[in-house]
Amino acid sequence: MAAPHRVPTLAVPVPDPPAELARAPLVLNQRSFAWISDKIAGVAEGKTPLWWWVSFGISVCVMAMGFLMIGYQVSTGVGVWGLNKPVMWGWAIVNFVFWIGIGHAGTLISAILFLMRQRWRTAVNRAAEAMTIFAVMCAGIYPLIHIGRAWYFWYLIPIPNSNNVWPQFKSPLMWDVFAVSTYFTVSLMFWYMGLIPDLATMRDRSISRGRKFFYGLFALGWTGSNRQWSNYEMAYLLLAGLATPLVLSVHSVVSFDFAVAQVPGWHTTIFPPYFVAGAIFSGFGMVLTLLVPLRKLCHLEEVITGRHIELMCKVILATSCMVGYSYAMEWFIAYYSGNPYERYAFLNRVFGSYWWAGLTMYSCNVVLPQLFWFKKVRTNMILVFLLSITVNIGMWFERFVIVVVSLHRDFIPANWGYYKPTYVDVLTFVGTFGLFATLFLLFLRFVPLIAMAEVKSVVPQADPHQALGGARSDIAS
Amino acid sequence: MTATPPKPYGLLAEFETAADIVRAAETVRDAGYRRWDAYTPCPIHGMDEAMGLRHSPVGWFTFIGGVLGFTTGMTGIWYMNDFNYPLAIGGKPLFSPIYAFPISYELTILFGAISAVLGMLILNRLPRLYHPLLKNKRFTRVTHDRFFIVIECDDPQYSEEKTRRLLESTGSTHLELVED
Repeated sequence: MAAPHRVPTLAVPVPDPPAELARAPLVLNQRSFAWISDKIAGVAEGKTPLWWWVSFGISVCVMAMGFLMIGYQVSTGVGVWGLNKPVMWGWAIVNFVFWIGIGHAGTLISAILFLMRQRWRTAVNRAAEAMTIFAVMCAGIYPLIHIGRAWYFWYLIPIPNSNNVWPQFKSPLMWDVFAVSTYFTVSLMFWYMGLIPDLATMRDRSISRGRKFFYGLFALGWTGSNRQWSNYEMAYLLLAGLATPLVLSVHSVVSFDFAVAQVPGWHTTIFPPYFVAGAIFSGFGMVLTLLVPLRKLCHLEEVITGRHIELMCKVILATSCMVGYSYAMEWFIAYYSGNPYERYAFLNRVFGSYWWAGLTMYSCNVVLPQLFWFKKVRTNMILVFLLSITVNIGMWFERFVIVVVSLHRDFIPANWGYYKPTYVDVLTFVGTFGLFATLFLLFLRFVPLIAMAEVKSVVPQADPHQALGGARSDIAS
Repeated sequence: MTATPPKPYGLLAEFETAADIVRAAETVRDAGYRRWDAYTPCPIHGMDEAMGLRHSPVGWFTFIGGVLGFTTGMTGIWYMNDFNYPLAIGGKPLFSPIYAFPISYELTILFGAISAVLGMLILNRLPRLYHPLLKNKRFTRVTHDRFFIVIECDDPQYSEEKTRRLLESTGSTHLELVED
């Protein structure tokens, strides 16, 4: 009956660490476990606020318009878009890369920051992962409709068919199919697994039978037993370990779509790391665009604190510098390679007929984020919000520059042309924002938008050796 | 239905802090119980040691899944583009592990991740539509802010009186017999 394995109590009192070494709390005001679940679950439980209905109504209309455009495009043909020789990859591919890139921040937060033991991620990972899933869904639409005859999309999947022909696996486009579908599946599983304990919380809190039934169904009978937690945490760690090389590979494979081709401006070996850095940069832009207003609207400033926002601004700053370095390196290689086509492609980015796209890209991605060096800017929510939007704009233009500006003037001047999108291009793109917003708003309404169990695990009460009843109180008594 | 009285599932003890439950878990472990568990709102650091649990074997599922994924990618692409229907494209070899690598890499991750999740569910006996504890009113706070230890009546060491005394000695704030 004795307890031989008990941690020996310290004979000498441990002094408090000096103030400058103390870490800022992850949840402000020493909140309890109960407060955390009441606050976060409350967002999905209470009466639906007016702002939700208004934004949901707008989003659904915008989404419907997008699907109308897609219907028109699928029934009429890709000719309704602005595509023409020599620019055969227009907005659809730009938007595809844009949305896939957005997703990368979610996986970075959920997987890479988890492996690096960045405990602040717990407050933002759920929403960021949801953003990833919805962004990948928006992205996935474009290749499907871009193939022209969307009903033949299954040719991309290696299934035995009556033609007896298999897909051609030497093509990076096939690699893309596997990369993006793996990315979607793994992100969804990661997100859902993280949700299981929180769905159990929702189940145990629900008053109505319907809610209890549905949350209970999706919580899979979770009881929070430590034997379950033990396997769960191991699986979570493994998923994080798998999602990390996955997220790095997805945008690398997307960049192969370009880098494997011969077009000047595409045919560069720097593309994989450059695309990944850009993707994380743009994704954090979107995370901030979503979370800065959300924490206000849902009154979650104590969980998603100013420090969280600041840290994300720093990630944006770091990745912006990486992107800036890639741009500089591209220019250097264009000059140093001595390849006249490559040189022309880069001069054309700033002095050609699409100079405004190049200018937007360089200023939004490299120059403006430098403001995040200043703490005053990082803590000013309005500025953070505005800058996060310029990041999104800049990264969209980066893809536009890579796709359209490289294609419109390639090797032979006789083949040159000018690309203009049609209203269908524009409205389809706007429509995917509607789809994204609709899904995100539904997520806010039905699922806790912050991982409650994970936030609980990083507050002092979860630590058996903390002041609220750990080794320290042992000493006092 | 038979008229036998409901069989109890186990003895439930409630705790208020993480430190209390870790200490209680150590006591229960040292008393030699086997069919028992600690229930917490979030994973508690050091609980596995306090309960004397072994390292979770989920990693084996993932490893096997990953190996399976990589082999599927390589052999599948070889079969499709070289063996079953040779596709000669641009003078490139019919099969090369280089071009098959990106897809095999993705499949390694895909199969590994699926088996990690499946492994977790299988080892945890989930999904489970019924659990005696989930009927208990008090136990609903386990996902909110309370910590529980449940010693099952099926445990060979279980005796209503002794187990109750043991749990009382650990400083539990509430003890209750849970029905099956």
